[in-house]
Amino acid sequence: MADAPKNKPTGKKEDDIPTTGHSWDGIEEYDNPMPRWWVWIFLITVVWSVGYWIAYPAWPGIQSATSGLLGYSSRANVATEIAEFETRNDVWFAQLTETDLDEIREDPELHRFAVNAGASVFAAQCSQCHGAGGAGVQAAGYPNLLNDAWLWGGTMDDIVTTVTWGIRNEDYPEARWSEMPAFGVDGLLDEDEIDEIVHYVLRMSGQDHDEALADAGAEGYEWNCASCHGDAGEGDYFVGAPALNNQIWFYGGSEDDIRHSIYYSRFGVMPGFETRLREAEIRAVAAYVHQLGGGQ
Amino acid sequence: MSIFRHHKKIETHATLLLVLSFLVVTIGGIVQIVPLFYLENTIEEVDGMRPYSPLEIAGREIYLREGCYNCHSQMIRPMRDEVERYGHYSLAAESMYDHPFQWGSKRTGPDLARLGGRYSDDWHVQHMINPQSVVPESIMPSYGFMMNRTLGTSDAEHVRDIMRVYRLLGHPYDDEMMENAISDFFAQADPMGDPGVVDRYPGAQQRNFDGQPEVTEMDAIIAYMQMLGTLVDFETFVPDTSR
Repeated sequence: MADAPKNKPTGKKEDDIPTTGHSWDGIEEYDNPMPRWWVWIFLITVVWSVGYWIAYPAWPGIQSATSGLLGYSSRANVATEIAEFETRNDVWFAQLTETDLDEIREDPELHRFAVNAGASVFAAQCSQCHGAGGAGVQAAGYPNLLNDAWLWGGTMDDIVTTVTWGIRNEDYPEARWSEMPAFGVDGLLDEDEIDEIVHYVLRMSGQDHDEALADAGAEGYEWNCASCHGDAGEGDYFVGAPALNNQIWFYGGSEDDIRHSIYYSRFGVMPGFETRLREAEIRAVAAYVHQLGGGQ
Repeated sequence: MSIFRHHKKIETHATLLLVLSFLVVTIGGIVQIVPLFYLENTIEEVDGMRPYSPLEIAGREIYLREGCYNCHSQMIRPMRDEVERYGHYSLAAESMYDHPFQWGSKRTGPDLARLGGRYSDDWHVQHMINPQSVVPESIMPSYGFMMNRTLGTSDAEHVRDIMRVYRLLGHPYDDEMMENAISDFFAQADPMGDPGVVDRYPGAQQRNFDGQPEVTEMDAIIAYMQMLGTLVDFETFVPDTSR
């Protein structure tokens, strides 16, 4: 036996506490009982588990596990939760689906609902490309939705169609589609001709340009570009051709950017949301986008 | 409480303690794990699931190599907020060809279980090169180097080896898929390539994902991301609510 220890947490005299009887290199171990409160909580959890087995899905059988008296199911729970939410919005959603697109604006209460619902759809589904505030990503091909410039039209109808089917995606045959030729890569125009057209477009958009080159580019523009972008560069919603006679650019408006666009061609892809969103949600997000500033 | 006195015998006998602990853990494990392999309502079968195409496997390997799972989960939980944001909650069957599965509860970035088709290829390329250029508040690092890492025949052969292992594990790769593994690997990133790859792997996207002539890691990772969560058609899926 070693000397008796001096610290006595239990307050008892060390000689009163039994030891386990083992001695490891002269070190002995007290045999204090587990705290009573701990033992009781342990026993209560054992009893509790029995109730839990009965109430909740627990024991596996041959075909399936016991389902529990409370009938808990995470799938049923989420279905109920969604259904509850939908019932609350059903009146509005039904009204939104039934109302003529252009008349949504005329019912202030419905319009307010649509814009708010649309804003949350926009945040979840659209903001990653078009920006949290709808300003797009400049010079990267993600259009700004705050201005009057539209590729495929800015009426409620146009926006709903674009959101529903998307643009140039492979998921929906109904997707909006057009494809600008890669004039340089495909050898449709040589470098000089492209250079002339670049300056013609620079002039059209009111930027610094070389007058002689721009004059020379008029014919090339008329032959190659005007059928989609318009004689005066006004663009065409029908084929998603952007207007070139303003300072709004999707892929940048510098001389190099324009040359790159003509040489390699550029066009964006937008997913369709037909299967991802309900019709009412598509209408709501269209109403939201429409009132951002550029709605037609 | 005399029953606890007997416990002393176990606690003071190292070998007995070891043997009995092992027994308890074994029984617990059997009761918890084994039923999941045979209970019918834990192995729900759904239409549309297929094993990964060769290029998608390469993308998935890159996803694992880069540790994407450290920030992104692939498991939409059955909760309304998640279903509203990400789409239909994930089904166990949708992870049936994942070794290892990509479930998780830690999301520094968003869940990716239904990423497929949500963004354009261009968006993915730009986002990989400079995430902040499209999502200003993102803290994701850049993975632009994938554009420069070309995948060649040896990489395709490596993928075919992976497919062999998957086949051993029971993935339904048939002989035709194995024979065409290497050509499918390249064909999927080539819009003019053999359309057979889409026949063999329904729902696979066949495009030049990164816009570069050669097949790169960027092609592979985008091919993988564009198919995530797109295989099951939820318009025809009827959930069994008993689970």
